[in-house]
Amino acid sequence: MAATNNTIAIATVDLSKRFNHVTALDRLTLSVARGQIFGLLGPNGAGKSTTIKILTTLLEASSGRATVAGFDVAADPIEVRRRIGYVPQLLSADGALTATENLTLSARLYGLHGARLTTRVREALAFAGLETVAHKLVRTFSGGMIRRLEVAQATLHTPEILFLDEPTIGLDPVARRTVWERLQQLRHSQGMTILITTHDMEEADVLCDELAILHQGRLAVIGQPEALKAQVGPEADLADVFAHFSGAVIEQEGYYRGIRQSRGTIQRLG
Amino acid sequence: MLDWLYESAAVTDTEVRKLARDPTELLSRAVQPVLWLAVFGQVFSHVRGIPTGSLRYLDYMAPGILAQSILFSAIFYGIAIIWERDLGIVHKLLVTPARRSALVFGKAVAAGLRGLVQAAVVYLVAIALHVAIRWEPLPMITVAAGVFVGSCIFSTFSLVIACIVKTRERFMGIGQLLTMPLFFASNAIYPLDIMPDWLRGIAAFNPLTYLVDALRGAMIVGGHSVYGDATSFGIMLLVFLLLLALAARLYPGLAR
Ligand SMILES: Nc1ncnc2c1ncn2[C@@H]1O[C@H](COP(=O)(O)OP(=O)(O)OP(=O)(O)O)[C@@H](O)[C@H]1O
Ligand SMILES: [Mg+2]
Repeated sequence: MAATNNTIAIATVDLSKRFNHVTALDRLTLSVARGQIFGLLGPNGAGKSTTIKILTTLLEASSGRATVAGFDVAADPIEVRRRIGYVPQLLSADGALTATENLTLSARLYGLHGARLTTRVREALAFAGLETVAHKLVRTFSGGMIRRLEVAQATLHTPEILFLDEPTIGLDPVARRTVWERLQQLRHSQGMTILITTHDMEEADVLCDELAILHQGRLAVIGQPEALKAQVGPEADLADVFAHFSGAVIEQEGYYRGIRQSRGTIQRLG
Repeated sequence: MLDWLYESAAVTDTEVRKLARDPTELLSRAVQPVLWLAVFGQVFSHVRGIPTGSLRYLDYMAPGILAQSILFSAIFYGIAIIWERDLGIVHKLLVTPARRSALVFGKAVAAGLRGLVQAAVVYLVAIALHVAIRWEPLPMITVAAGVFVGSCIFSTFSLVIACIVKTRERFMGIGQLLTMPLFFASNAIYPLDIMPDWLRGIAAFNPLTYLVDALRGAMIVGGHSVYGDATSFGIMLLVFLLLLALAARLYPGLAR
């Protein structure tokens, strides 16, 4: 069931996820165009990781639909998996293995073998800038090296779409930049669509073509960084946008709701 | 099918590399069988408190202790799985198109290989204590096969539990809770005949019983199997397949 619309990489319709009593994701509807770097922003617990996990087939949605690379995540998870890469929120390369071993395992699980596997692993090491430490255990690596390894690992099979959950969290400014460069490189050389989540406004500004801000599982706003800034005010930066569309707005809403409620109480009393 | 084997082999290869790199755990797990055989086995051999026919008690219990060491190390396999979950390694495996059953099978095979190394250590201890070991090729292959399948069973069982409890604390509790009954409700250190009926009933449903039975028939001079290899291995393979199917279903839940 390939998508008719070839310009859309990711589309969700009313996507929701409930964990017992917590609504982690509440009727999320959005689409991401091919070749974009798309940023998912939002405070802790906003539902960013939940969204990524549903889109990468790790988690089933409670309701709603999602299409990734033209395939429905619930109906055709294997087709989706063949076409995506995923870098989890935690640094998750296996520390007890070398860089090469980490890459080889992923390459094999993506069905690569023979000369193609060898070539792709070598290219991945070069891409990550880890040729000289290819046979060192990953537990001896710095955070930046591990992240570059993970990006390389997630793109061994040249996926159409790459998902990264807070790719630069905990990295120093230099390491952060090298990760950004790698992502931009992937987009330019392969036209890869990239979806990242981040708390870092600079990252969102530098890297992303389009942003969505989630709050308490709901889509607060979606748009290009410049458009969002303009919407908030002439001097506004992304931090203002973020505050406006997540914390601040909700505080206001709570305030209004508070007034309405107390009014209701007064009316009843009256 | 070939793809499935290739994926399994990829996982096994990775696991074996990790084991080879860190053999300390493997060696430390050898301490327990040494204690059982050297202390418990020696003492009860002298007491003659347990009827083992013409066999010395030490010889009688050696296969049981081999099976025990397999059980005790395989049952903590799930800890490693929970560890991998906490690190996000499980998530990385699960976003690949690799079949879930292949991932789980690959891990089981690695546990099987590790069981063989462990068996070699138990053999060394047994030799040192002058246990009457059979050295003919066919019985030794039977022992190796039993050790391998037994390790696969208990490691996969452990993985299933890990998928259900998901946290290390709960796993440790349940792991302790399960291993002792599995061990004592089996023929590992005393014959089924001297058990009360209810316990014998439970033992008949315990895969460890069939592992011990097969090992007892093949490992020691004068030992014999009650059920016969065909029955013991048939039951063990069936249990393994059922556990494998269950594990393949539950494993993806670790990413939630
Ligand atoms: N497995 C789970 N069981 C129960 N609740 C969960 C589970 N996973 C997430 N949640 C809840 O769902 C909500 C959204 O979580 P999610 O991890 O998607 O947030 P996030 O935007 O990624 O936050 P962060 O910035 O902290 O990573 C939170 O309230 C969280 O507690
Ligand atoms: Mg998150």
